[in-house]
Amino acid sequence: MGSPDTGNNPQAGDRFTELLRLWASRSLPPVENLTVDRLVSLMEKYLAEQAGEIERPRQPVKRWDHEEIERIITPGSLVLDLGCGNGELLFRLVQSKGVRGQGVELDPEKVFECVEKGVSVFQTDLDEGLKGFPDDSFDFVILEETLQTVHQPVRVLAEMLRVGKQGVVSFPNFGYWRVRLELAFGGRMPVIESLPYQWYDTPNIHLFTIDDFLAWTAQAGAEITEARVLAEGKVRPLQAGDNLFAREALMVVRGKRTS
Amino acid sequence: MAVTSRDRGVKNNDRPGRKPVKPPEDPASVGWTRAQRVRLVETGETFRLEAGGEVSPVDVEYETYGELNPAGDNAILLLHALSGDAHAAGWDAGAEAEGRKWRTRKPGWWDEMIGPGLPLDTRKYQIICSNVLGSCYGTTGPDDIDPDSGKPYGLRFPVVTIGDWVRLQARLLDHLGIDRVYAVLGGSLGGQQALEWALAYPDRVGNALVLAASARLSTQGLAFNAVARYSILSDPHFNEGDYYGSGGPAEGLAAARMLGHITYLSEAAMHEKFGRRLQDKSEPDFNFGIEFEVESYLAYQGRSFVERFDANAYLYITRAMDYYDAVKSWGRGDLTRACSRIKSRMMIVSFTSDWLYTPKECRKLALAVCRSGRPVTYVSVPSDYGHDSFLVETEKVGRLVRDFLASGRKNG
Repeated sequence: MGSPDTGNNPQAGDRFTELLRLWASRSLPPVENLTVDRLVSLMEKYLAEQAGEIERPRQPVKRWDHEEIERIITPGSLVLDLGCGNGELLFRLVQSKGVRGQGVELDPEKVFECVEKGVSVFQTDLDEGLKGFPDDSFDFVILEETLQTVHQPVRVLAEMLRVGKQGVVSFPNFGYWRVRLELAFGGRMPVIESLPYQWYDTPNIHLFTIDDFLAWTAQAGAEITEARVLAEGKVRPLQAGDNLFAREALMVVRGKRTS
Repeated sequence: MAVTSRDRGVKNNDRPGRKPVKPPEDPASVGWTRAQRVRLVETGETFRLEAGGEVSPVDVEYETYGELNPAGDNAILLLHALSGDAHAAGWDAGAEAEGRKWRTRKPGWWDEMIGPGLPLDTRKYQIICSNVLGSCYGTTGPDDIDPDSGKPYGLRFPVVTIGDWVRLQARLLDHLGIDRVYAVLGGSLGGQQALEWALAYPDRVGNALVLAASARLSTQGLAFNAVARYSILSDPHFNEGDYYGSGGPAEGLAAARMLGHITYLSEAAMHEKFGRRLQDKSEPDFNFGIEFEVESYLAYQGRSFVERFDANAYLYITRAMDYYDAVKSWGRGDLTRACSRIKSRMMIVSFTSDWLYTPKECRKLALAVCRSGRPVTYVSVPSDYGHDSFLVETEKVGRLVRDFLASGRKNG
């Protein structure tokens, strides 16, 4: 990588460094370890990967959130999985935790696969809401990699908190540094492990970041009882700065109870 | 009783989506079948009916395919729809002798689903199907002799309900020594019987599969049935139901069937099969004969129905369909309360183009099961074949039925 072309303005390089520093300081919440050096090294890493100078570590696409959810769900509970796909997670929960599971899925082929597994599945569009489901009728409501695919995510979240005593939400973090750099430097819609689709075939129509989600919980008066992330190949509790460093996140939330 | 290839493909008179039939020697066919008949209500004994009447004696015609296992826990009770009968699969060996010559041309009504290796696998399950009370296929109905008068019942036959049918089927299971069935399964009116089974006998049902049916018929459905009955009742040959031995209300029954057929199909299915094509001609004749292919089809369906169905039975069965209301009878107005009785695994299947038992109504039923705290499987199958989809979408329905039954066994 050569030195940046600063044209006729010899101060441009310094100004760029200043802007990075400003950006780092405005990161919310302010992050101690988010230094300009760290930002620069991320950019360098990204550009070197793009140029093929270093190999990008390929993390196996493992459903880390399945393991986490399995740990969180209490045995024998009543579980609603919104956007349950082919029923893999619910099947696992039924087998290992003896839960009574109800899946909800729209895609007909996936619905058939649920039936094949013996997973109870209700074919419906989440955007139509969960009208008809009584308040607090499930111990857990799961939104596993689903929230970003619905037309009305806030409504779905509200319904989740209404029908469930607890909600478990996992999602790809659009604030992840690699996503940002793909767009900033690559100039194309990011395609990474957590977002494996092209712009034209993606089911992800409402992408958001960890900070976006935290802002929603604050606004909705929801309480986060547990937050985990996948960052640098490891699963760990959410830390400050993870809006940039975490690839995926999982949050356990409770609605504010008036009674 | 050879089945010729010509008989197997009446082409454009087949219902849209129907596949070629398999001969009795096909390895996936149950082969030749013979109806069985049993007296379940003796003369002098009373079988009280929901509507207040009573009937005796009562004979029931049924068929079975596959063997009951030693544990007696592999029986599947299959419930037929409006114009159906106990002959669900295979070729009726007694068709000629019983004067049911239409059965020499085609196998049972769900032959594509029942047989060795098929979704209702006769190597795993024993399938039992019986004709409903008030029908005209071997079970006591209005065309049978009323012992009080020595003449056919006609309209003196008491009004029957789906609840009555199910109680009679329970007697049949008692007779067969089956305490609990692995599954009950049916489409349309058969689906309502399956639901009634899950509600009325929660402890006797392991799995309930309700296809193209909901907790009650829609207003539009009531309206269609009203027109069908009007057509029969107003036929000059109806004679207050006492037409046995004479011609009977053939035109009225044919018209009822034609109307029925329109409701079983969808706009898309009709368009695809017939379009606006003329029947065997390139220019219209400009008269009131058969001009369009769709007219020919409906006329054929009407005609062939008259050959095999009794007009009085049509009146009684459509009434049973009208009266059925699981919300009222089991939930005192609340479907969720009704569904809280259920103890079986439930699968409810609707079809996107069905305008008789719409996906919306089927979904309501599924939601009520879910609300009652019981996991439920609800599938809305994309199909253009209308209400008939449950009969003709055998690939999709077959897959759902096979998998749902198999997973119920696996998971206990």
